[in-house]
Amino acid sequence: MNLARELGKRVLGLVVVVLLVTLFTSFLLTLVPGDPVDTLIPVPDENEIVLERKAEVRERLNLDEPFPVRYAAWLGDFVTGDLGSFYAVTDEVPVWDRVSDALPVSLQLVVYSQILALAVAVPFGVLTAYRAGSRFDRATNGTAFGMLALPNFVLALLLAYYVGVWLGWLPVDGYVPFSEDPVEHIRHMILPTFTLAAAQIAVYMRLLRSDMVATLLEDFIQMARSKGISDRRVLWRHALRPSSLTILTVAGLNVGALIGGAVVVERIFRLPGMGTELVTAILSRQYVALQGMVAIIAIFYVVLNFLVDILYTVLDPRIRHARAR
Amino acid sequence: MSTPFTPDGERPNNGVSGLPAPRPNPTQSRRLIEVTDLRTRFKTARGMVRAVDGVSLTLDRGRTLGIVGESGSGKTVLSRSIMGLLPKRNVVRDGTVVYNGVELVGASDAEVRDLWGAEMAMIFQDPMTSLNPVLKIGKQITEGMRFHLGMDRATAEKNALSLLREVGIPEPERRLKQYPHELSGGMRQRVMIAVALACGPKLLFADEPTTALDVTVQAQILNLLQKQQRERDMGMVLVTHDLGVVAGRTDEIAVMYAGQIVEKAATATLFRHVRHPYTEALLRSIPSMDAPSHSRLQAIPGRPPDLVAPPPACRFAPRCPYAQEKCHVVEPPLVELEPGHAFRCWFPVGATAEAVEAAAAAQAAGAGAATGGDGAAVAVTEGTTTDEGGT
Amino acid sequence: METIEADLVTTPPEQVEVAATRKLGPIGWLSVGWLVLITGSALLAPILPIADPDESFGSEIARKGPGAGGHLLGGDTIGRDMLSRVIFGARTSLLIAVGAVLLGLVVGGLLGLVAGYVRRKVDTVLTTVFNVFLSIPALVLALSLVAVLAPTDTGDGGDPVSNTRRVVVLILALGVVTVPILGRITRASTLSWSEREFVKASEVSGAKPARIMFREVLPNVFPAMMSIALLGIAVAIVAEGSLALLGVGITEVPTWGNMIEGGRRDLRDAPHIVFIPSAAIFFTVMALNYLGDVIRARFDVREAVL
Repeated sequence: MNLARELGKRVLGLVVVVLLVTLFTSFLLTLVPGDPVDTLIPVPDENEIVLERKAEVRERLNLDEPFPVRYAAWLGDFVTGDLGSFYAVTDEVPVWDRVSDALPVSLQLVVYSQILALAVAVPFGVLTAYRAGSRFDRATNGTAFGMLALPNFVLALLLAYYVGVWLGWLPVDGYVPFSEDPVEHIRHMILPTFTLAAAQIAVYMRLLRSDMVATLLEDFIQMARSKGISDRRVLWRHALRPSSLTILTVAGLNVGALIGGAVVVERIFRLPGMGTELVTAILSRQYVALQGMVAIIAIFYVVLNFLVDILYTVLDPRIRHARAR
Repeated sequence: MSTPFTPDGERPNNGVSGLPAPRPNPTQSRRLIEVTDLRTRFKTARGMVRAVDGVSLTLDRGRTLGIVGESGSGKTVLSRSIMGLLPKRNVVRDGTVVYNGVELVGASDAEVRDLWGAEMAMIFQDPMTSLNPVLKIGKQITEGMRFHLGMDRATAEKNALSLLREVGIPEPERRLKQYPHELSGGMRQRVMIAVALACGPKLLFADEPTTALDVTVQAQILNLLQKQQRERDMGMVLVTHDLGVVAGRTDEIAVMYAGQIVEKAATATLFRHVRHPYTEALLRSIPSMDAPSHSRLQAIPGRPPDLVAPPPACRFAPRCPYAQEKCHVVEPPLVELEPGHAFRCWFPVGATAEAVEAAAAAQAAGAGAATGGDGAAVAVTEGTTTDEGGT
Repeated sequence: METIEADLVTTPPEQVEVAATRKLGPIGWLSVGWLVLITGSALLAPILPIADPDESFGSEIARKGPGAGGHLLGGDTIGRDMLSRVIFGARTSLLIAVGAVLLGLVVGGLLGLVAGYVRRKVDTVLTTVFNVFLSIPALVLALSLVAVLAPTDTGDGGDPVSNTRRVVVLILALGVVTVPILGRITRASTLSWSEREFVKASEVSGAKPARIMFREVLPNVFPAMMSIALLGIAVAIVAEGSLALLGVGITEVPTWGNMIEGGRRDLRDAPHIVFIPSAAIFFTVMALNYLGDVIRARFDVREAVL
């Protein structure tokens, strides 16, 4: 059936992209100047233990082998669940351990911020489209414009300081898992969520407004009006649905993009998410661990893209039928 | 949802369950709508567009009025202006529109919305774009019923099914759950008719209902409309550019040009004793069956005038084969030489200029309107004697 | 709707006006003015009558707000003149941002042009390459590149990498991130313009593909690219700030980003240290966003008429 073939093709495309991404990240490692092992374990070769350890790591990572062999070995490891490790003289911490703790934190932050952003952007988008050209519309658009121009780290710093420290209303760092204490979890997540959501609100609102304005010009809206139903009903039940595709697609894509992209916000609020782990790996030159983590993030993003595409098909019955034919 | 509009205070269940509407008390007025000097102007970047410029007409239950004109004549804007379905901003509507005794111009949004669907409804030109592509057919039909008439879902769906059968759609149960793009053009138009009739309106506007359809389907749709109108005793306004469409299906025809009515008469009279040169040209250019359905009426040279600054005096004069100097200088009023047949021309076809002048003078002297005699009365019109120059 | 007039009616009034005007509104001119001011000061910084950005004026000025001791914008954490630091900061921040976007424009634009015009296999390969880079969140990609090519030291103190190299690496990293974005946009635009008759006419008359690409297609694709480029510069400025806050930015000379990072601790007593570079970024980004929007609106409408 056509749908299965289409699906198969896309999955293949996905796999190719992911492979290429991982190829690229392992290539990055070769760019590191000097001996990779010395970079990973930056301890001078003073004694036996260190030398032995370094030899062990060198062997483990196939660092003496040519690049293709190295990549193949890495790929083999990766597919079987070995994402690499953080290396030190005395021990190594598997990346998976850290990722399995950090990923949920980032996910929560990102998903919360998308929900908040949509919850605010949708009503404003609908209202400003309905009253396009009014003072309300212009004021809202101007505000959105300003929100877009404010870098998220500035907002984070301002919120962290003024709401968190000065007013003392909310905590500014750390993370409390939901399972441990729901209330504290939420309190700790409020400021970072809001920071991330701010710019999203502006973008989504303008996107939705633009789509709604176009939809409101369509004939079927006049038809709906002519049935005598209230304006509110026309807006929310007739106009919103066909206009919401773009905004939902972008929101979905953003979930993927922000997993790594929320790095700065995580840093400022000291949330132990993927971003923080990434920065730690980078600053401590743990490039092997970095490779694994970037690969995970990229896969996540690609898979999410794919899911959003499917969602698109589900939401718009016209596309669903066109594809099935 | 009770309204003050029906005399007995209750909304009669007109044909909602598929039954024809009960004939109302004959002593009650049959007059549905009375439009007097309606003007609609749009504010655009180029200036005020006078889309409808002084139109008066009336319609009774059970009667069909055809409104004919080219693109740009204002016919679509007219039907929407009467109903009130206009954009909220940058539009000015003057004049009066009285429905069942209540003035619509200046009425509040809520009052007007109460009428839409339940008292008056519109069928739009392109069924592809007029039905919501992401909502199921059933939902679109039952929505009005549940909103206006307070029906629950089961009853509304039952009614929707019988409506679909009434409009000639086979397998209605299946169709209810489908989306518009799954239906053919003709079927979509039938669905649109079902949507319009759902709450049993008394007045139906059909805005170019067949223009977007195949020729073979056109007749079916028009027949369907006629049948529904008869069964439900509705007043119908049929807007089209195609004289062939209105030929056998209307009681009366009003011809529009540049925002004004240039001729109005009972259908047979219009075809047999045409007066206005524009109407004459239209008749001559009725497209043959082989021509594509969207072809412009080619026989008339020139283009419709700019509605921001229409020609002073007679608006058709620049294109009129019979135009004389007076036509470019003095605006002809709408006059009747025979009762029930009005036209706007100084040098009409088949009548003398002197007769027109005499009639115009009589009107100006304040004699007012000529009235039709019996219940099957035809429109009453008043001439536009003074033009205030567009306030 | 049946008439042109009616179409005008249903078009929202702002759209009609934007399409009609060929002039910039007051906000547009303000934006241009700000950008000229900022770029001009940045370019002329060394010869402007302002203090040395590295010179410390001592503890009387340190952390004091605007106006202290004759310093228009006050002093920073260790007493350096904020005004001059902000201007010199513009120099480096803008250099990095504009450099990155230029790289993106040239490389991405070229690749996109080729992909969109030549199509077939070349297009498939290039699109896949774009997609690969777009699959890694931008900041992560930039961060990784910077980390590998210009590592920050963790222990021994001092920057192992020269300032110039660091600047170049930043431009490169942000540029690499910009390439696929501009590449995709250019490709899309090229695809649609390649279908036009005047391009086909050139092909038929035997002109070489390269010539057609650059003489016929490129000028038309250019406005779309420019609009995105302006927005891209804004994003790059913010990205530089983000990287500074993550600890991998420039350290030796002032940039808007590292000024914010440096002022974090003094947010309570001397908030101006963070506010002033933040405001600079804010206004510059606003101006760039506004002008980017204007260009896009102007050229979109023209395309619609065609």
